[in-house]
Amino acid sequence: MLDNWTFIGLFLLMAAIFPGVPIILQSLILGPKKSNPVKNSVYECGIETVGDTWVQFKVQYYIFALVFVVFDVETVFLFPFAVAFNAVSLFAVFEVTLFILILVAGLVYVWRKGALEWV
Amino acid sequence: MDFLKDPVAFIAKVLSDLLAAFLPAPVVSVLLLIVGVVVVASFSLVLPLFLIWFERRVVGYMQDRLGPNRVGPEGLLQTIADAIKLMIKEDITPYGADKVVYNISPVLAVIAVISMWAVVPFAHNIIGTDLNVGALYIVSVGSLGTLAIMLGGWASNNKYALLGAFRTVAQLVSYEVPMILSLLVPVLLARSMGLNDIVKAQDVWFIFLAPVAAFIFFTTSVAEVGRTPFDLLEAESEIVAGFHIEYSGMKFGMFFVAEFLHAFTVGALTAVLFLGGWRGPGAETYPLLGVVYFMIKAFGGYFFVILMRAALPRIRIDHMLDLNWKFLTPLALGAIVVIALADKAMEPWLQTLQPGIAPWARGGVLLLANLLLVLVTYLLLSNSARRMRRAAERGASGGDGAGHHDEHHEEAPAAPAHGEAHTAPAH
Repeated sequence: MLDNWTFIGLFLLMAAIFPGVPIILQSLILGPKKSNPVKNSVYECGIETVGDTWVQFKVQYYIFALVFVVFDVETVFLFPFAVAFNAVSLFAVFEVTLFILILVAGLVYVWRKGALEWV
Repeated sequence: MDFLKDPVAFIAKVLSDLLAAFLPAPVVSVLLLIVGVVVVASFSLVLPLFLIWFERRVVGYMQDRLGPNRVGPEGLLQTIADAIKLMIKEDITPYGADKVVYNISPVLAVIAVISMWAVVPFAHNIIGTDLNVGALYIVSVGSLGTLAIMLGGWASNNKYALLGAFRTVAQLVSYEVPMILSLLVPVLLARSMGLNDIVKAQDVWFIFLAPVAAFIFFTTSVAEVGRTPFDLLEAESEIVAGFHIEYSGMKFGMFFVAEFLHAFTVGALTAVLFLGGWRGPGAETYPLLGVVYFMIKAFGGYFFVILMRAALPRIRIDHMLDLNWKFLTPLALGAIVVIALADKAMEPWLQTLQPGIAPWARGGVLLLANLLLVLVTYLLLSNSARRMRRAAERGASGGDGAGHHDEHHEEAPAAPAHGEAHTAPAH
């Protein structure tokens, strides 16, 4: 078990090194370095950028992220149930169905509130 | 130890015998682990060089042109030429960008995709590491990719990139919900989260036991990659290139590599979870044959992703969200309930059957249950489509909870499409 996670740890390290090396190689050694203010300016469709980029944005995106968090956390609770499926009785499956129905109730609530509409 | 029976153990034994002459035993075992890591990781990083060529050729033929065919035999070295070109480009960081986040983002995108390959089984004894929570691991490292795109778009100090990052929140984050829910179904059928155990449990391929879940998993995974028809986050014709608009040189190249490898990973994961992975005649005795079977299935899935990209137009953002929240999510919940109940309810019946017939009987019943779910879904969908069409014909008046009647086409799924009709909200 510990071996597995050592492997994963080394793998993540390697996965960071592999893309990291070419990027550093290009930006520090191989690529030319002749920057000027015009070249470094932000891309825009033909005109100068107006105003700040990091502005207030639509609350809609935030609502979707919130709904996601609720669903994601509750879904993770279902995974242990799936692994222990051999051990649970039919009654327990009904209980899990109830749990999923509570999830559905949350979805229906969000739906009826109009939070899923793109406005 | 035979090479054909267990290639990994054979090579490990040869290497450790070789190294044991110079080094103490613990150092040798660590070195072997590192060799394994390097082999799997470099396989998954070299693979995109081939994938990019493959996709460009296939899309080329779909559009009645040849695609890259000059550099090397059949253009196979085109990707390497492109990589060299990217390597000698100037590295540009736009004015006002958040430097740390801007530079971390492409690396994070690649990490997210490569690390999935640590648990993918190539054959029953050729696997990076057989993690007992493999399915959860896939979900958790996979969602790092979403983060990378969001960070890259935000840090670029560009309005198009910011729009791309916003769309990421709406799309990638939303589609993760039905993806995880449909991933639960193979876990439920195999009673294990280890990917190798899931493959071993597929006496009958899970695509026949749970076609609905397979469909949802494949669709949402394609959306997670951000491929056409779900490429709203980079949409060349709307927001130029979305989140990677300001990236140049190798940093752009890394986003590119991550996208292509992720598309192939979708094919590979679909193969592992629903198409029987490395299983096939003779794969138990000769693992290398299992690798061949796995690769054929994975490339089949990848080919389907490419065909979707070449054939379908981009989906509109409100349709995209409706498809996810009002169709795929309720359907995934319904699939879980139907499969859990059917599988548990027929357990006593299966025990009375002969062991040879039992898996097929189970498969048949589950397939029937799934077809029933599809039928109910279809009836609900056509019903709500008819209602929306009538409302559109009457003219857009008296907007109720659904809203936007005039904008919906009839195929826009807006019905609660899970197995239990009594939980459906009334509009």
